[in-house]
Formats: sequence, C-alpha cells, structure tokens
Amino acid sequence: MHPSIYMQFLSQLKAGQRAVISAIEAEDSLFHRLTALGFRVGKPLSIMRRASFNGPIHVRLGTTDVILRATEADRIQINAI
Amino acid sequence: MKRIALLGMPNTGKSTLFNRISGASARVGNWPGITVDLLSAKILLGGNIVELIDLPGIYDLHGFSEDEQVVRHFITSNPVNLLVVLLNSTQIDRQLSLLLQIKKLGFPIVLALNMADEAKRAGITIDVDGLSQTLGLPVIQISAKYGDGLPKALAAATAMINQQDTTTNPQSIGLMLKEEHEIEDEMHELIQQHVQIPTTLTDDVTDKIDRVLLHKWLGLPLFFAAMFLLFQFIFAVGAPIQDGLAWLLDLLRTELLNPLFTNAPTWLSGLMLDGIYNGVATVAAFVPIIILFFLVMSMVEDSGYLSRAAFLMDAIMAKMGLDGRSFVMMLMGFGCNVPAIMGTRIMRSRSMRLLTMLVIPLSLCSARMQVFIFMIAALFSPSKAPLILFSLYVMSFFTMFLTALLFQNQYKNTEPFILELPPYRFPTPRQIVLRGWHEVKHFLNRASKFIVLGVVLVWLLTNFPSNVAPASIDTYAGQIGVFFTPILDPIGINHELAIALIFGFVAKEIVVGALAVIYGLQGDALMAQMATQIDWVQALSFMLFTLIYTPCLSTIATIKNESKSTAFMWLSIAWSLGLAWVVSFIFYQSARLLGY
Repeated sequence: MHPSIYMQFLSQLKAGQRAVISAIEAEDSLFHRLTALGFRVGKPLSIMRRASFNGPIHVRLGTTDVILRATEADRIQINAI
Repeated sequence: MKRIALLGMPNTGKSTLFNRISGASARVGNWPGITVDLLSAKILLGGNIVELIDLPGIYDLHGFSEDEQVVRHFITSNPVNLLVVLLNSTQIDRQLSLLLQIKKLGFPIVLALNMADEAKRAGITIDVDGLSQTLGLPVIQISAKYGDGLPKALAAATAMINQQDTTTNPQSIGLMLKEEHEIEDEMHELIQQHVQIPTTLTDDVTDKIDRVLLHKWLGLPLFFAAMFLLFQFIFAVGAPIQDGLAWLLDLLRTELLNPLFTNAPTWLSGLMLDGIYNGVATVAAFVPIIILFFLVMSMVEDSGYLSRAAFLMDAIMAKMGLDGRSFVMMLMGFGCNVPAIMGTRIMRSRSMRLLTMLVIPLSLCSARMQVFIFMIAALFSPSKAPLILFSLYVMSFFTMFLTALLFQNQYKNTEPFILELPPYRFPTPRQIVLRGWHEVKHFLNRASKFIVLGVVLVWLLTNFPSNVAPASIDTYAGQIGVFFTPILDPIGINHELAIALIFGFVAKEIVVGALAVIYGLQGDALMAQMATQIDWVQALSFMLFTLIYTPCLSTIATIKNESKSTAFMWLSIAWSLGLAWVVSFIFYQSARLLGY
C-alpha cells in the first residue's frame, strides 16, 4: 500500500521535516486560535524542533513561529513533503 | 473629548507605541497578552486634547479569550473617533485579517505598520501606497521602538479626526459583529498583490540563538544557569549601593535629624526618628536593589526568552496540571505577584487559571527578597549568603510544584497549549529607564500608603502603654506576641518577630521597617542586635514562613477580583498560612532535634 493513504498528523513529524496542512479538526475556539496564528489548509510548515520529555513542538509557518502540544498537533492533518 | 483607541495583535509593539505617544509607562512585555488593564492617556493632538486608549492585544475579533472579549465589549459599548490599528510588518501576511475584520465594521482607521526596520532586514517589501489605495485608508510605516515614522502617523490621525466629527455607533457595530466569511479570500488577495515575502524567511540571529537556548538537553540547564547568573549580577552590583545608601541615611539621622529633634518632646522625636525615620529608611535602603531587579526582569521579559522558558518547561508543568505559560507567570511573580496573577487572563480554562492563581502567591517576590537579604545579612556570613538565598528560591519552586500537584485534581482542565514564539529583541535604553522610573513611582506610592502607616502603628504598639519599657512583653505589641505564642513558639518565632509577621500580612515591605521600629535601631546596629536575639535556625524558620504565607493585601485583592470568588480567596489565604506553618514547623523542630 502507498503510505499517502494513511492519515498523517502534525504530531507525527520529526524535527526538520516539512509538510502542508490538509485539514484542521478542532472545536470552534481552538480552530479560531489556530487560524489566527496562521494554520490554514494548504499552508506549508516546517518542524523546527521538539522539546524533550515529549514536550511541545516548535513549528514555523511562513513568518510565524508557534509552539504547541502534541494533543493540539493531533488535530492537524498534514501531507509530509 | 475625542477618543482614539489603539488596537493590534499581541507582540506588535502596541504598548511601546502607547508609551512613546503618551510618555507614560505602561508595562511592555515580549509576551502575548501582557497588557491586561485598559490603559488610557490624555494627549495633545493638533491643538486638541484627545483620549488615547490602549486595548489589549488580540488575535481575532471573534476569539474566545478574555482579552478578545474585553476588546469586543469595548468597541460595542464605547463610541470612538478613530482606531489606530497597529500591525507587525514582519507578520503582515496573517495580521491583515484583524484589520479587515475591523474595516468591515466601518471604523475610521489609520493603519500603522510597526517594526519597519525588522521587516526590511527580513527582506519583506511592502508597497505602502498601493496598500493604502486599495484599502482606502492611511497606511504609515513606523518603528515604535525608535520612533521612526511616528510624526507622520500622528499627523494622519490628526487629519482623520479633524475631517469628521462623528463617532462610531457602538450598537450598530454590535450588530455587525456577526461572522464574516469572505475575510480570508480578501486577505490572501491583498497579500498576493502587495506583499512579497521570501520563500524561506528566517531570522538568522534568532535561529542561531534558539539552536543553543532551546537545545534538547542543554536548554533547561542553560535557562537556570542564566537566571542564577542574573541574580548574582543583581546582588553583586546592588549590595554595595545598598550599603552606601544605608550609611548615608544613617549619617543623615545622626548629623541632621538628631540635632533637629533634641528639643522636641520625647514622644515626638521617638515617633519621628525611631518610628517613621528608622522604619522608612530601612526599607528605602533596598530601593536600588529593587530597581536593579526590575530592570533585569524587564529585560528578560522583553527579550522573548520567557516564551522559550514556556517551551522548555511545558512537559514538566503538564505533569502538575499546568502548562508552560503558568511557569512564565510563576517567574513573573518573582518580580511582583499582582501582575503575574492578572497575566493569567491569557488562559481560557477557568480551572487552569485558578490552579495557576493558587500557585503564584508562593513565588518569591521582590518584597520578600528584601526581607531575606536583610535577615541573611544579619545572621549569616557573607560566604553563606548566596547559598541561603538560592535555597529559598529552590524552596519557592518546591512549594509551588507541591501545591500544583496536590490541587491538580480539583482543577482539572483541557486547556490547549498554543503559543507564539517572538523573535529575540532587546529593549532600548529608553524602555529600560521608563520601566525603572515606573518601579520607583510604584515603590513611593506603596511607601506613602502602607509603610509609613505600618511603621507608625508598630511604633505605637511597641511604645504603649507608656508606663512600661518600650518593646517589652508588657506593651500592646508584646501582649499580641504572647497571645500568638502557642502557635508561633513551636516554629521558633519570638514575640518581636511575631509583630513583624502580622504587619507583613499587609505588605512585606513593612516587615524590615517594623523590625527597625521594634528594636529601635537602624542599619548595622539593628542587624547586630538581631543577631544577639535570635539564632540562625529561628531566622531561617522566620524566612520560610515569610516566603510561604500570604504575600500582601494587594495580592489577595487581585486574587478575589480575578477569580471572582471569595471562597477561592479564602482558600488561597488558608492554604498559604497552613503550608507556611507546617514547613516552618518541620524545619525548626528537626533542626532542633538534630542539635542545632
């Protein structure tokens, strides 16, 4: 099977990987917050680093750097590039 | 009077701009959501007095955070003549959405694009005229930090408010504040037409620093090492200044005030010199170290390092039901607990806010630090001093973590943790000076309110009834001390210290002032006297109690306001008093058992 048919989440990426957002599944308030920070379908992003002890993920979207937990990153589907 | 409101996203330099225009000093912090109260200033604009209001930084007019609600509430209940919208040029691609949301509502707007210098360095070029034409409103590039472009922006604002006398209609704005969906399309179109962003935009310097400071394993040790060094720096520089000032204040008394009061009645010279002067002078000697402390704190806050601390600590904080932002608030509490508690407004989950609010009053604030520096200087050798102070900071963290661990099940939450990481910035000397002046004013304000009143009361209690020896067991103060003996004896606190502790409930600045009044001494003589009265075990027990019990009345009032719950306020007071007693008891009794 081709790997791309599996759903992939932002939380699964490693430091240094790049991806494009394919879907955001979150309740209203979280969705608002994510879009306000620049998370939109079709937008490319790169993983800068991950904190130790399974801590937050440091993501760069265009001009903005954002940190978020794996729980929140689980809501963002991506296609790795 | 005409009214102008300043609006923008967090981290756009809004507070800096407000300060620059108003000449006042709102708190500036490189931390999302630092402006928690609505600040306003009257300014002179084109010959008219205009009211300028600094609204909290928000990401989205439709958001759900408290700040976003505050802004929504403001614009739907207050008419304004003009909105100055401030955007960060380096993030214009996503910040334009806020402008478009506001423009839709029909506000008269002047758009100021801040951080023009940073944008230029990042290779972002903005066609200001084109953007201005398409939007149909004045667009001005500025640098709030250095003041570039500011006269132009103010001229544009003046022209706008002179042009039209009408204000906005809050009710109709309330109606229009319904969801709009075309915003995203419009924004993308504008960005595509007028803005060029290099495909790989990297702030090289920030990236390089982050590679070290956010390193997987070195990040946390480096953070604590940096904090330790900063504290060392504060005391290395501050201690000699403090000694010098104490010496000067002592000299002032012996050379000028004593002769001046020789012919005054005993009670008057007692009240003025042993009461007010000794008390206030003892506290005032700490002002330089406090100013220095706040200057360093504000530099750390403005630098963007605190958001990094949130990144580094989040995993550990999550185990205690808190998050990285709670850790940053705990650090800010080291300056003063009050703004740290107000800072919890950036959290949306009430449980998370309450848990953080329960923890913050345990952080070793600058007023407690004064008490410790004083006690340590009196009872410990200079070589031991840094170690004792350091262990009190460790203890402060320990009690905060313990509290969070014990209460996390009562305040369960699922607050998402998403935070913007700003680039590293360094505050200008102007910002540093403004901040320092702000702290001096704050101190003088407290001094005039609490400290003078406090030391006068302490003096009265220790000198009346007038037929007994001052500060003896038979005075009112002594009797209060005796009353509390059953509780305070087991933790080694004698009746003199008890009075200081009781007044410390109002504000910790009063503690050292009260000790000066109780012993009727000042400076080195006071410290020498205290060293003969109590031993180091008692002193440490006293410091532990001071560290943990309720910081001050202002903190309590803030907790009540922010939690909107009297029950929660009492819980906070009871918990901190109880914990303080238990910790001091365990320490004091085990130290005595071990034969110290």
